[in-house]
Amino acid sequence: MFEGIPLTWFLILATIMFFIGIYGFLIRKNLITILMSLELVLNSVNINFVAFNKLLYPEHLEGMFFTVFVVAVAAAEASVAIAIIINIYRRLDKIDVENIDEMKY
Amino acid sequence: MTNYQFMFFLLSAIIIIFSILTVTTRRILRAATFLLFVLVATAGLYFMLRFNFLAAIQLTLYAGGIVVLIIFSVLLTSHISQKLEKASISKRILAAIAAIAGAVLCIITILATEFPTVTPNPPETDIHTIGQALLSTDKFGYSLPFEVISILLLAAMIGSIIIAKKRKD
Repeated sequence: MFEGIPLTWFLILATIMFFIGIYGFLIRKNLITILMSLELVLNSVNINFVAFNKLLYPEHLEGMFFTVFVVAVAAAEASVAIAIIINIYRRLDKIDVENIDEMKY
Repeated sequence: MTNYQFMFFLLSAIIIIFSILTVTTRRILRAATFLLFVLVATAGLYFMLRFNFLAAIQLTLYAGGIVVLIIFSVLLTSHISQKLEKASISKRILAAIAAIAGAVLCIITILATEFPTVTPNPPETDIHTIGQALLSTDKFGYSLPFEVISILLLAAMIGSIIIAKKRKD
């Protein structure tokens, strides 16, 4: 309980956000929109970490540091992914996932 | 309903509505803007939980850095007026069923779990404590992950420069 807000509310919010991200991951074809759905998923996990930290173990800081590291990893991942997307666009003029099957066979 | 509860509902409504818009809108630049709103509302949640440092990181790195990177790559790879093609109806239905089933399963599990009730006396996490913990090697110190993440960031920077570089051939 934090100022009248139980932990469950945070967890339900993060769950809904996570599965919206999964839904977007499944229906999108453009690589950049898939990356955006992935950011939603990572962000919902961060909310979980922070809520557990503040509402169950308020004297520690573990959840906060995990969130900081997740944000750093997300930044690294986004930069590499966008470099790959730009390279694919330069070679194929398309960034839809259906067009990228050159290395498949 | 207290002020905190009202703010929580407001921020959750913003997060959920704009998340749905992010994954369903057909204009890609608008999707990036809606993602920005979601990230800013999440920073609001962190402020509400009194993680000021974390909220600042969320605003500068996520909302400032990653979204700008995404918008730049959108501008480089697609036309502004271009609309994304709609996914087929069967694909959308199947994805919605998968997502809703997963969400319902998780929410049922969450509601069935008994969490211990802790009465938090939230101490303000000042920047001094954070800096000490981030560089100490004792218990609850984060020196090793801090160094590992710096190497990871360096490797990601070099890798993305090499990958995105124009080849001479």
